[in-house]
Amino acid sequence: MDTQQSLTEKARHIRGDIVKMLYTSQSGHPGGSLSCVEILLALYYQVANLDPQNPKMENRDRIVLSKGHACPALYAVLVDKGYFPRSDLWRLRQIDSHLQGHPDSSKTPGVDVNTGSLGQGMSIAMGIALAARHKKADYRVFAIIGDGETQEGLVWEAAMAAAHYKLDNYTVILDYNGLQIDGSNDEVMRIRDIVKKFEAFGFECFKVDGHDVDAITQVLQKPVEGKPKFVCCRTAKGRGVSFMENQFGWHGKAPAEIEYLDAMKELGIDIND
Amino acid sequence: MIKKQSLRVAYGEALVELGHKNDRLVVLDADLAHATMTNIFATEFPDRFFNFGIAEANMICAAAGFAHAGLLPFFSTFALFGTGRGYEMIRNSISYIQLNVKFGLSHSGLSVGEDGGSHQSFEDISLMRGLPGMTIFVPCDPYETRKAVFAAAQIDGPVYIRVGRPIVDTVTTPETPFIPGKANVMREGGDVCIMATGLMISYALAAAEQLTARNINAAVVNFHTIKPLDAECVLNMAGSCGRVVTVEEHSVIGGLGSAVAEVMAGNTGAKLRRIGIQDKFGKSGKPEDLFNEYGLNSENIVNQCTELISRI
Repeated sequence: MDTQQSLTEKARHIRGDIVKMLYTSQSGHPGGSLSCVEILLALYYQVANLDPQNPKMENRDRIVLSKGHACPALYAVLVDKGYFPRSDLWRLRQIDSHLQGHPDSSKTPGVDVNTGSLGQGMSIAMGIALAARHKKADYRVFAIIGDGETQEGLVWEAAMAAAHYKLDNYTVILDYNGLQIDGSNDEVMRIRDIVKKFEAFGFECFKVDGHDVDAITQVLQKPVEGKPKFVCCRTAKGRGVSFMENQFGWHGKAPAEIEYLDAMKELGIDIND
Repeated sequence: MIKKQSLRVAYGEALVELGHKNDRLVVLDADLAHATMTNIFATEFPDRFFNFGIAEANMICAAAGFAHAGLLPFFSTFALFGTGRGYEMIRNSISYIQLNVKFGLSHSGLSVGEDGGSHQSFEDISLMRGLPGMTIFVPCDPYETRKAVFAAAQIDGPVYIRVGRPIVDTVTTPETPFIPGKANVMREGGDVCIMATGLMISYALAAAEQLTARNINAAVVNFHTIKPLDAECVLNMAGSCGRVVTVEEHSVIGGLGSAVAEVMAGNTGAKLRRIGIQDKFGKSGKPEDLFNEYGLNSENIVNQCTELISRI
């Protein structure tokens, strides 16, 4: 268990790596990467049973980043956990890099499922959870989805099946930052009361501050029996970099040099770190 | 010896047989188990059968999840819903990383009959053929269906088995070889080569028989594997016969005919005719009547072969 203080520090450094990665590759998605940092920290440092030395450990918990475009955050966390060297990060999205624009389980150590086409990761994760139960394995499966992603019909197909099969080893975590490519959820396609929707589908539902690692951890560790769990994490898109925060324009845009320097300064990270 | 059987029944029975030999096998369906005949498996192995309701996309991703967890999933629904509605799930969740998922999809082609054009899939082979690393089997009878299921289980990667609905005659034997990617020459001949697949094999054999009355010696080759296609066989037969007629219960765009044309282009001077669905949708009717209207019968094969030979 890492302390809250050291995880706050970690979050700052992970955000620095995300910004540097995107600046270096001049490509990628800053907004949704910065919003899910604490969710990933709670999972990778406090909740999940994992062994970075043995990424394919049979009984590991599975973490599926269904909102795959946020993979810079995932890659930075995997580096910090020791899955691969930090220098790999500066080859994000480059030809011959194992760090693809969206997660690829066949290329990157520690990535359990290839995702990026929205809805599919959550559904695959449901399948893994069902398979785990069938095999009488006791690992858990966590799927991280985006709010815009819930507009995909497949999300609701998977939700229906998870409750039908009473998958209490399956948790869906929503990174609820309220924004998507074309604007706010409310402008693009209202998702209304998302927690009530998951409740109606048969999930045990929780709401939590998505930037409070301990709060997320507590909820993720709460035992639930006979039904899947849904955790709605209220977050800010672009969190940690003031000019990116809550700006949908920063969904999929790389920072220019001046923006990069400003962001790193604000995060208090030396660009040569 | 089985004389007549529906391929979907052969498929369901083969899954049961495989299930007894391989305890990693799980079968998934989307509320069509009584039509795809995976219900035979569900009865035998209720705890290894998973119904996902009328939600094909989710079933396909769930199958990917089962494979990620080290199981051997076979999923089934109708060919149209599996490859059409489920196309992008198959592409991104399965094919993209060569995941070990198999799918036997029934009710392919015109032989669905009365359900009509909304349910008759002529594009499924085309859709799956475009995916890198996808293996495609189109069995012609119950024996081949069983062999396709067992061969699929041996392949480490995605495999599509195209299964038909109607009861058909057997045209192979339990001993007929089934080597993935290797076409079977079912009848030798030097004037024209009929390259067929699936339910069209029996029509091709009948046509070859009828052609002898016109002093035409037709070879018949069974392409039970559309991908990888046996290119060597295509070129050998094209070279020795000089004329090729392909026959399939699928659109001529993207299916066997296209695959053969791609191999022949630039590699042989042989002439090619493609029999199949000519860029049309289907409609309701009895399968046999539809086959006749769309030219999927031995009479049309005979005519096309004869015409091709009469052209200099």
